[in-house]
This record gives sequence, structure tokens and C-alpha cells, in this order.
Amino acid sequence: MDYSQFLSMHAELSLLAVILILFVADLFMCPDKKSGKGVYNTCLPAVLLLVHIVLNLLPCASCGTTESFTAFGGMYVHTPMMTVVKSILSVGTLIVFLMAHKWLSREENLVKQGEFYLLTLFTLLGMFFMISAGHFLMFFIGLELASVPMAAVVAFDKKRYESAEASAKFILLALFSAALMLYGMSLLYGATGTLYLEPMGQALAANSWTPLTVAGLALIISGLGFKISLVPFHLWTADTYQGAPTVVTGYLSVISKGAAAFALFTILVKVFGATSYVEMWNEIFFWLIVLSITLANLFAIRQQNLKRFMAFSAISQAGYLVLGLMDGSAQGMTALVFYLFVYMAANLGAFAVMSSVEENSGKINICDYNGLYKTNPKLAFLMTLCLFSLAGIPPFAGFFSKFFIFMAAFKGGHVLLVFIALVNTVVSLYYYLLLVKAMYIQPNESPIATFRSDNYTRLALALCTAGVIFLGIASIVYNYIDALSYGLL
Amino acid sequence: MEYTLFILLLPLCSFLLLGLLDSKISKTAAGIIGTMSLGAVTLLSYFTAFEYFTADRVNGVFEKVVPYNITWLPLGDLHFDMGILLDPISVMMLIVISTVSLMVHIYSFGYMKGERGFQRYYAFLSLFTMSMLGLVVATNIFQMYLFWELVGVSSYLLIGFYYTTPAAIAASKKAFIVTRFADMFFLVGILIYGYYCKSFGFDFNAEGFAAGAFMLPTALVLMFIGGAGKSAMFPLHIWLPDAMEGPTPVSALIHAATMVVAGVFQIARLFPLWIQYAPEAMTIVVWVGVITAFYAAAVACVQSDIKRVLAFSTISQIAFMMVALGVCLPGEHGAVIDNHASLGYMASMFHLFTHAMFKALLFLGAGCIIHAVHSNEMSAMGGLRKYMPITHITFLIACLAIAGIPPFSGFFSKDEILTACMHYSPVVGWIMTGVAAMTAFYMFRLYFGIFWGTENKELHAHHTPHEAPLAMTLPLMVLTCITLVAGFIPFGHFVSASGEAYDIHLDWTVAATSIVVAVVSIALATYIYAGSRQPVAEKLHDAYPRLHRWAFKRFYLDEVYQFVTHRIIFAYISRPIAWFDRNVVDGFFNFLAWGTHKLSHAIRGLQSGSVQLYAQVFLLGILVIILILIM
Repeated sequence: MDYSQFLSMHAELSLLAVILILFVADLFMCPDKKSGKGVYNTCLPAVLLLVHIVLNLLPCASCGTTESFTAFGGMYVHTPMMTVVKSILSVGTLIVFLMAHKWLSREENLVKQGEFYLLTLFTLLGMFFMISAGHFLMFFIGLELASVPMAAVVAFDKKRYESAEASAKFILLALFSAALMLYGMSLLYGATGTLYLEPMGQALAANSWTPLTVAGLALIISGLGFKISLVPFHLWTADTYQGAPTVVTGYLSVISKGAAAFALFTILVKVFGATSYVEMWNEIFFWLIVLSITLANLFAIRQQNLKRFMAFSAISQAGYLVLGLMDGSAQGMTALVFYLFVYMAANLGAFAVMSSVEENSGKINICDYNGLYKTNPKLAFLMTLCLFSLAGIPPFAGFFSKFFIFMAAFKGGHVLLVFIALVNTVVSLYYYLLLVKAMYIQPNESPIATFRSDNYTRLALALCTAGVIFLGIASIVYNYIDALSYGLL
Repeated sequence: MEYTLFILLLPLCSFLLLGLLDSKISKTAAGIIGTMSLGAVTLLSYFTAFEYFTADRVNGVFEKVVPYNITWLPLGDLHFDMGILLDPISVMMLIVISTVSLMVHIYSFGYMKGERGFQRYYAFLSLFTMSMLGLVVATNIFQMYLFWELVGVSSYLLIGFYYTTPAAIAASKKAFIVTRFADMFFLVGILIYGYYCKSFGFDFNAEGFAAGAFMLPTALVLMFIGGAGKSAMFPLHIWLPDAMEGPTPVSALIHAATMVVAGVFQIARLFPLWIQYAPEAMTIVVWVGVITAFYAAAVACVQSDIKRVLAFSTISQIAFMMVALGVCLPGEHGAVIDNHASLGYMASMFHLFTHAMFKALLFLGAGCIIHAVHSNEMSAMGGLRKYMPITHITFLIACLAIAGIPPFSGFFSKDEILTACMHYSPVVGWIMTGVAAMTAFYMFRLYFGIFWGTENKELHAHHTPHEAPLAMTLPLMVLTCITLVAGFIPFGHFVSASGEAYDIHLDWTVAATSIVVAVVSIALATYIYAGSRQPVAEKLHDAYPRLHRWAFKRFYLDEVYQFVTHRIIFAYISRPIAWFDRNVVDGFFNFLAWGTHKLSHAIRGLQSGSVQLYAQVFLLGILVIILILIM
């Protein structure tokens, strides 16, 4: 057997190593009961994850930009673009770990903080496999690995009623969507006789479409649409996001969504790359995007709970993200990955502020944020930066990412879609500014008291702020992704 | 020459540092940080110039060097680049900007001492210097535009530095609005250029313009309007005199030596395009320049505020540079750019260089005087020569230089300009000679008014004027030295239209005329203004009261602008548009907001919280999708 094949999946292996190290470490390190401080601190997983990211980026930097290969008989596929996406997801997870510090230091969480890291990293591993899958079974295993531990993490505050409810809703609907997706795969298998992505694509391209294959397409899109939380598969989002611990909500809204969007892109291009199918999924996405952006905006306006508010914001952002899928073009791929990166920085930044405020004051409603600027000017300012980026105001990165994604769709000739999306950015600006207005203008007799965030949260905030400011201006990021995106197709 | 990147990075860092550190460092430390970084920039600029001009020529010209050029924003075929371009004029500008800026930084230690916002002042100075340096080393017209706007912003911030004075706020707003108005044309020009050329670079490819050959002159003229705004050409000059509300060192740096020559630099940068594709359009440049030069000189003759005199003198001198660029002619023997026919190019750049030095010197000198008597008005001055010997001597040398008396630097550069004008058309040549005479006259009127004449005893009784501290006199002396020797630089060897070395030779008929004219004007000014009383001036004033009042009021141009903007544009155009905006546009969006709220209220039942319903919607969604596709 050729063991060098294992080396090709270095991203997964190094992540697995991180998981194993943490697993063993968890056995030996238990929290110090006397001081109440966790001996097992955020430091270890953060550093390990950082090493993992650096290790992954190194070979990518050294090898050529278009070097891609398959391993294990086509079960595992690697392209340089995937390394970029995996690195982005890992960085996001790192930021989530950093901001989780304070929450995990709570007394009831202290004993189980190891579980949080392990479960989260397992979902990340699942996403890695999902992205790199060359075979539908592999893909399905990745998908399940990414969602089952997720439900456990959502229920992390299990004594809290909402957390348990959120988890129950999540797992029920996740299983429901996974079952439907599996059904879709079986239909496709019936039509083509293979579960490998590329041969399936060739078989589909060779024949004209039948109701069977179309149903397969729709079911696959719905399954991943569930993960990305596109309307009408989004209904779990608001309840789950609201109930889950804030840090987990941050993770759900960025990492799992991003991985699913990228995986969907890969599958669509590989399996349904034939022109007749491209037209079909363009039509589907047209409606999904319009519905997602518009409905989510309409819902977001009325929300009072900040997490629920961010849930609808995330659905709307998902609509923009999926704009990059139109036509499955290389430019769309670049725009999608870049959008994901920028969205990650801005959204996690906002969540870092939220979780910091929640941990220090226990408040999570928008009206609680009234007058935050008076007491915590820096946090309010960072939150504003992130919201501006989410709304797409220049010169923040969000403007550039929206610009590129609109341009990719515009080049594909989807003028109406771009127009609708543009109109919706105005609406989204309105509700993001509501929060800004609350922080800066609304008077409040008992504002959130001044507090000092812990250093881990500060580091997370610094990373996010740097991303929000520099990702857009430093064109090198976009150009680098752009150079790789042609390797996929 | 990768180190040139630091020329831009250092001032940027110093701006960020000073801007973000708010009150955590002492004022002196803030000044030292700013000045040190500028000192390093100056050294780097000199080193760049040394390395650049000592490199071997290729085919007789200094090669363009592009140490950096990155694609900043790709937009399909077009792309916006960011980089550094070194060629003779940009290297020359690096020297000018860094030298004057360093002098101003040092000078401000004395001048701005004890001011509120000392640190803010240095932060803005760094920002300005960075933007100006970025402008001159731009590799493409779009980058130039970006820095152009940054320069405008920092100028706005510095004019309005005393933000508690209403006049300063009004002046900063005026400067910003007028230059922005002109920049709009610049941007349109750039877009037309980019649309047809398929590139924003300065390297022009002729094929791009085959489709719309006449569009290139249009684009160039539009860009010239932008340049005219920045360089205060008639009739867009109205902001510059008011900009004198800013601190005097700022006037020296921005409104005399560097930013206001950006328009001249822009034309010089695009010169190969002008001369090759739009030689006819250059007539516009010539006549705009001639009118401006004459107008500004006439106004300068009667102003009483010393900074205003200098401001109008600046306008007039920049117009000289513009005219010089405009009078260039295409070469005769096949070669499009010929050093002899395009003598004006070299003359213009030369004058830019010398003018920057002596005008900065004049402004800094004026700053010392204002510092001493606490007034801008000439009536508060007079007889200051015995109190301020250093300022007096340096100011005198600068006046001689601007008047065009050999061997001071202004003589050489102005002489080249006049020669080029004579070569182009005797009419232009003689008008410009006349303007040069007026220059000598009003400068010496200013000089005598400040340093000679009767002392204002009343004012000096409770406050004796005294010489400025060393921090302020040192820059004066340095700039004086430069003014003394700059004329002897073999400028044509470094900068010339075609890039090949060109020997400057004085055309003695022109030179003799201009010297005679200057000397006569100075003599006239001495006769009228040198005495303790000025009977001739009063007699003239009484004989032509209306002319004097018109000139003093700058021929009522500001009032014309006021009338046009307030009475016509605001009343008949803006007000109906405002009504439309309030009622129709806002109404539409209010309706949208109202509708959104209603709709969002109506659909809230969808998010009921029951998982069964969620699954049903999910399934229904899939079914609808499949049905849509199969049908």
C-alpha cells in the first residue's frame, strides 16, 4: 500500500492530530477546584489549531497553484483552493475558540470545556471531508460528522431550556434534511449507476435530463440549502441560533455555513456541470436567493433579541454568498470564497462583541445595547465596524466582497438578481444601523456597565478588526484566491 | 530602488502614530516624530535622486524605473494599479516636496509653539506629505487621482486647522468645494481616457483611440479643468486667497510650493499625450494661463494683507508654469517631442522647482513677520528691517529671485519661460513680460511696505517686534541658500521634454529685456513706496479710485460666484430638486419602509417555532422546486 496517499490529506490528518492531542490532554488536565480556574486553558487548543493552520498553509505556499490530485481511488480530492477554504474555516474556528474563553470559564462549563473543543473540531473535520469528498458516501459521512456533534455543542448549556430546545430542533431537522439528501443521492445512483462525483457528472452530461435526475438535483440542493440556511430550508435557523450559546451561534453562522456553500459549489460543478443542468440550478438559485435575502431582511427588522437578529442577518448574508454559485464560474468561486472570508471576519467580530457583552452583563437584547458607546466606546466602535462591513459600506472589506460577488453574477447576465440584491442591501443597511443607532444615540438610564474584556476576546476582536479593515484594501488576498479558483474547474 | 516605498510609508506611519496616540505623548515628542520621519524621507529622496540621475542613460534618456506596481483592483480588462514610478519629473518633485516639507516641519516648531492641537497639526502635515508624494510617483492616472483627492482632504483639514474661527471653516469649505468641483471633471476625463485606452497607465497605446480619436483631446481638457482647480487657475482660483486662513507654514507648504503645482505636474505628466494628440487644445492652456497670470498680478498690486499678496503672486507664478507648458510645439523633423520646440516643458519644471523654494521662503518669512506683529495687514508693519535682520535679508533675496534679477534662481527659470513664450508668439511673450514687470513691482511694494516706511509706533509701543527663534530662521536660511544657487543647476540635463540632455543657453535679447523691465519696476516701486510717506501712491489711488477698488475687491469675482451659486443655482435648481428629494424620493423610501414593516408583521406567523411546520415548509419547498423544473 502506498502510504504517501495519507500525506496528501495533510489538512485532515493534522486536524485529527490536534483532536487526539486534545483528547488525551483532556484526560489528564482537570480544572483546579480551589482557584476555580481551568488549568486546561484556551491556550492549548488555540496554539494547536494555530500550528495546524500554519502547517497547512506551508505546503500550499510552496507547491504550484494548480496542482490538484485525487487519493484513495478518487474518494478524496484535493485542490489548492480547498486548502484555502479549509484554512479560512480553521482560522474562523480559532477565533471562535478565543472568544469562547470567558464562556468556558463559567463554573458549570469548566469541567466540560474539553468537550467543547473536541466536538467543535470534530464538526470541523467533518466539513473538511465534506469539502474534499470525491464520492457521495464520503460526502455524506462528512456531512453527518459535521452535524451530529454540532447538535451536542448547541445543547452545551444543557441545563438551559432554550439550549436544549434549540438542539432538539436542530438535530430533528438536520436528520430530516440528511434523509432527503440521501434519497436524492440514491435517485442519482439509480440514474447513473455510480456514486463518484465526476463519473456521475459525465453520465449526466451524456444524457438529457429526466424527472429522476432533476429530483436528485433538487434534493441535494435542499440538503445543503438547509446547512447554508436558505429560504425555505431556513426555519430552524432563528430558533437554533437564539437558543444555542452565543459562541456556538457564531460558529454555526460562519463556519458550517461556509463549508456547506463551498461543498455545494463543488458538487454542482462536478455533477451537474452540463449546460442544461446549469440553467436549472440557476433558476432554483434565483428564487432561493431572492427569497432568502428578502424574507430574512423582512424578519430581521422586527427582532429584539440580538442573536435572533443575527440569525436573520446570517440568512440574508447566505443569500449573497450563494450569488457566487450562479453559473458555477471561476469568478463566482473566487467571489464566494472571498465573501466567505470577509463575512467570517465581520460576523465573528460582531459575535465576539456580543458574547463579551453577554458574559460580562448577561444582556442580549438590542435595547440593552442602548448607550453602549458611553460606557464601552471601544466595543461599540468595533461592533460598528463589523456591522458596516456586513452592510457593505466602503472602505470596509464587506464592500469589496459584495462588489466582487455582484460583479461575478452581473457578468453571468443575472442583472435582475443583482438589482434585487442591491435593493436589499439598502434594507439590510437599515437594520444594521438600528443597532448602531442604539449604541450611539439612544439614551439609556441603566446602560451596560463598563467592563474590560478578557485578553482572548481582545485577540479575537483584533483579528476580526484587522480582517474587516485590511481584507478589502489589500488586494493581494483577492488576487491570490482568484489565481487558485481556476484550478478547480 | 525598492527603498522608495519607505518614502511613502514613513509619513503614513507617522500620521497613523500621531493620529492614534492622541494625548499619550508630549507635544514636543509629537513634533519630533513628525520631523524625524520627514527627515528620513528627505534623505531617502535625495538618495533616490542621486542614484537615479547618476545611473547610465539609455539612448540618451534616463530610463523610467518602476520599483513597485501591484494590481489593486482588477475589473475585467481594466485594472487599477498602485505603484511607484520614478522618472525625471517625479524624482524632481520628490526633492521639492521633501525639502519644503522638512523645512516647514522644522519651522512649525517655532511657529505653532503652544498651539492647541499641535500633534493634530503634525499628523495632518504627515498625511499631506504622504499624499503629495504618492501623487507624484503614481504609476497611473487613477492612482494619481486617489492621492489627488487625499491631498485635497489634507489641504481641507489644514486650512480649517483653527476650527473655532468661522473664517477658517468657511475658507476650508470653499477650498474643498471648488477643488472638488474641478476634480469632477478630472474624474470624467479619467473615465473617458480609461474607456477608450483600456488602461489607466501613462503609456498610451494608439490603437485604443482609433474608435474615438477626438475623445482624447476632450479627456485631456477635462483633466486640465481638474488641474486648473487644484492649481488655482482663473476662474477657479477663488479658493486660494481664502485658504490663507490656515497656519502660515501650511500656506508655504501646500498653497505655495507643492499642492498647487499639482495641476502643472499633471499636465507635465501627460505631456507626451498633449503634444502628440492634442496640440491644438494646448492653446486653451496657454490662454487660461495668460489671463490668470495677468489677473492675479493686477490684483496683487493693491492687496493690503501680506499673505493675500503672496497668494495672488502664487497664482500668477503658477500661471507662468501653465503658459510655459502650453507654448510647447511639436517638433518639426518627424520627432514629435523636440527639446528645442518644447523648451517650455523644461522651463516650466525649472520654474516649478525654483518657485517652490523662493515662494516657500517668502511665506515662511511672512510667517515670521506675522509672528512678530500679530497681524497680516501691511498697516501694522513698516520699518521692521532693524528688528528682524535675518527675515529682512532672506525676504529681500526671495523678492529679487521672484522679480527675476540675476543671479538669483527666479531669473533663470523665468527667462526660459519668456524665451519659450516669445518663440511661440510675440503677443504672449510680451504680455508675459508685462506680467513679469508687475511681479517685480508688487513684490517690492510688499517688501518696502513691510520693512521700510513708517513704523506703526502705536502698535509697537506695548509690543516690540523681535526676530523669530532659530527654529524659524534656520529654514529661512536654508531656503535662501537654495534660492541663491538653484539657478546654476544645469536643469536641462535632468529634466527636459524628450529626456535627452539639453543645454540651457540664455537668449540675451530676452534676458536683457526682462532684466531691464524688472529693474525699472523695482525702481518704480522704490520711488512710490520706499519713503516714509507715499504721496505718489495716494495720488494714484485718488486719480483712479474705481480701478483701485475693483482690483482690491479682486474684480468682484467672488461676488459673481456668490450671485451665481446663491441666487441662480440654489434658488432655481437646488430648491426644486430638494423639494423633489424630500417629497418624491424620500416619500418612496418611506413608503418602502412602511411597506416593509407591514409585510414583516404579516409574515411573522411563518416562524412559529413548531418543528412540524418547519419540516412541512421544507418539504413543500423541495416539491415546488421539482415541479417548477419539470413543468
